[in-house]
Amino acid sequence: MSFDDVPLWAALLISACVLVGAFLTFVGAVGLARMPSFYQRIHAPTLGTSFGAVGVLAASAILSTIGEDRFIAHEILIFTFVSVTTPVTLMLLARAALHRDRVEGSSDVPAVVERPVDQ
Amino acid sequence: MSAMILFWSITIAQVVLGAAMLVTLYRLIAGPRAQDRVLSLDAMYVVAMLLLVTFGMRVGTVIYFEVALLIGLLGFVGTVALAKFLMRGEVIE
Amino acid sequence: MSRLFPHPLLTVALTLMWLLLQQSAGLGHILLGFVVAFAASHAMARLQPHKPRIRRPGLVLKLLAEVTLDIIRSNIAVTRIVLAGERRKATAGFIKMPLELRDPAGLAVLSCIITATPGSAWLEYSPAESSVLIHVLDLIDEGEWIDTIKRRYETLLLEIFQ
Repeated sequence: MSFDDVPLWAALLISACVLVGAFLTFVGAVGLARMPSFYQRIHAPTLGTSFGAVGVLAASAILSTIGEDRFIAHEILIFTFVSVTTPVTLMLLARAALHRDRVEGSSDVPAVVERPVDQ
Repeated sequence: MSAMILFWSITIAQVVLGAAMLVTLYRLIAGPRAQDRVLSLDAMYVVAMLLLVTFGMRVGTVIYFEVALLIGLLGFVGTVALAKFLMRGEVIE
Repeated sequence: MSRLFPHPLLTVALTLMWLLLQQSAGLGHILLGFVVAFAASHAMARLQPHKPRIRRPGLVLKLLAEVTLDIIRSNIAVTRIVLAGERRKATAGFIKMPLELRDPAGLAVLSCIITATPGSAWLEYSPAESSVLIHVLDLIDEGEWIDTIKRRYETLLLEIFQ
């Protein structure tokens, strides 16, 4: 495939999407490195997985619809997959961290109200 | 003209994503605790996946997208397993 | 009918996913995908006795639109916070929030929404007192947060699932 067949407006739209997506992912990574505590850091990667991923995948979807005649199946799949799985992993990690902090008796986290039933 | 715009914007995006990977790598090494490392590993998986998507855009083959899906899948399973380990490992100790 | 297809929505979704992975809609792929989805939905029925019921499917779209808008808004907010770095006062904190929602599927959806939105993360649900622990990055007014989540999501989820 050559990029020459892509019209100018589409090229500008694609570059805007991919750059915004990459920038948001980068900001998420910087947040991960900069935030002072674990519970603050856990918010940072969601930037990359929400609109960071949407930007890059939208750019790819536009490019493949215009440039080649490929159906955007993989972009849809990757997007649904990422948006469904990240909250699950983050929640599990947060619960593990909470549990570890409580076992150590850290004063930064709220104490156990009672034993969670579903463990 | 549009070929040049696309080429450069995808290249810049790849560089930015690579930098994002380096920054998450810093957190992976610096820690300080195990949950921070697992969190940064998870973020790194996502960045790697997006990087593969940009490679796929450049080359125009389906293979990169399938690899991206696979990386997402493995990242999810790996992080869930590590989180479970963090939770249970301490109980057993 | 419901014995033959215990989770119709899951069966359809899995068949669709199979077709997307194969990138074709030929008869062979549809049949094969359907067989896989059929087996998976039966496995699901064995694993999970509680079956979520969506009572108001029309509201799902409204919920989706609200979540998308909210994610855009909080993306901008969190980007600002990250870029501000040390110049900004630390305002992160935990909130304990009572919930009326009891349905497991509704709770699962709510937890995914809250965690997927940058700036708020669902930490722990306590079934005994039906409350949830949430960590918020930019916590200024605790009551306002509880109000927003209740008004925006919980009422919708209550209508959809309960």
